Amino acid sequence: MVVTILYYLLTAYIAVVLIGNFIRSKKWQEEALYIVVLIPFLLRLLRLK
Amino acid sequence: MALRKVLIAALGTALAVFSGFSFYRSRHLGEPVVPGPGVARVAKLGDYFPGIRGSINDLNVYVLEGQEPGGAVLILGGTHPEEPAGRLTAWILAENAVLAKGRLFIVLSANRSATTVTRLGGAYPPDFTIPTAWGGQKFRMGDRWSNPLDQWPDPEVYIHYPTRQQLAYMDIRNLNRAFPGRPNGTLTEKTCFAITELIRKEKIDIEIDLHEAELQYPVISTIVAHQKGQDLAAMASMIISSNEGFPIGVESSPPALRGLSHREIGDHTDAVSLLLEAPEPFLDATRGRTNRELLLTGKDEFIVRAGKRGLLFEKIDEKGWPIDVRVGRHTTTILQILETWSEDRPARAVVVSGVPKYAEVIKNGTGAYLKNPKAADPAKIIYE
Repeated sequence: MVVTILYYLLTAYIAVVLIGNFIRSKKWQEEALYIVVLIPFLLRLLRLK
Repeated sequence: MALRKVLIAALGTALAVFSGFSFYRSRHLGEPVVPGPGVARVAKLGDYFPGIRGSINDLNVYVLEGQEPGGAVLILGGTHPEEPAGRLTAWILAENAVLAKGRLFIVLSANRSATTVTRLGGAYPPDFTIPTAWGGQKFRMGDRWSNPLDQWPDPEVYIHYPTRQQLAYMDIRNLNRAFPGRPNGTLTEKTCFAITELIRKEKIDIEIDLHEAELQYPVISTIVAHQKGQDLAAMASMIISSNEGFPIGVESSPPALRGLSHREIGDHTDAVSLLLEAPEPFLDATRGRTNRELLLTGKDEFIVRAGKRGLLFEKIDEKGWPIDVRVGRHTTTILQILETWSEDRPARAVVVSGVPKYAEVIKNGTGAYLKNPKAADPAKIIYE
């Protein structure tokens, strides 16, 4: 259970980093890439898959 | 630039909402069961091991009791939910079987967690529908492994308990690699422990685990038997192959491969443990489109080509392996095992009726043996 909680914290951290990179990015290709990569992390945090 | 970011974020949000809704609907799809006239009660797996109570794998156990005392048999459907003939066969038993002698315990979703997810990245359909005279019944597709939402993360190497044999990392979520289970383990191990406790406490004589296999896998169209059940399996195999219109073989449960139901249940309980395999082309790596049609018809031109090149362990032609054929193989094999067992051990007999055999399932279709929940008393409907 402790390891699971740590993994969820890690997932949340990566999601925050991806959102930060999306905000700072200046190229639309990178912005789209960050958003697509972000989706599975968000879905895991929301316990959807 | 701000407008562009808003637009991309909105598109991403729409994609996340669409996929999230699809995953949520798949995970929470209700599967009604109309318990048949033979069902005396519906127990919970948590009744046998409180450690699983209230979890997603606190399974329904349909208990059928005969008028006369006799033996006890456990049928496990849904150990690997992506092998739907196993769950459908258990469904038919729970909704139709009547016992004259002995007791029958039926589990429709042995790894219920695994019924709520599909293969990650595998583009599996989320569900499938079996046609019936009353419109059809929809089932969750499921996967081979427990849902990562219920058990996560996986280790680098899965070390089986209690043998410490090293297995593939993802098989820590594979119900058929985690027997006999342990009370303080993962969800999958706890589920296996609870099933093992059920077998011990109910003094189960025979446990039958229902599966399907890809045609490129050598253990197919067969009964895998623990050494305690090899005579029983061999006799059933000979009678079925002679009389029922399809061949079925017998394989010995390998002592060196741990965690499987046919090995560990036989080793750790008094029960005879058997595992049935029917052919399922949907599972083959060389398949074409992974869709509902392939799941239910078993027709695939690429697997036929593989067969022509001698790469398969079971024959296939343009007729494929329809779900009715696979379910019928399972029902007939179960009935023959029970009949053979009951003839040999009258004091521990389990005599069952009302279950269609191979030819009947093919003639009438699997859906003919599924009960319409809308026509049933709502108070009696159980959801898997």
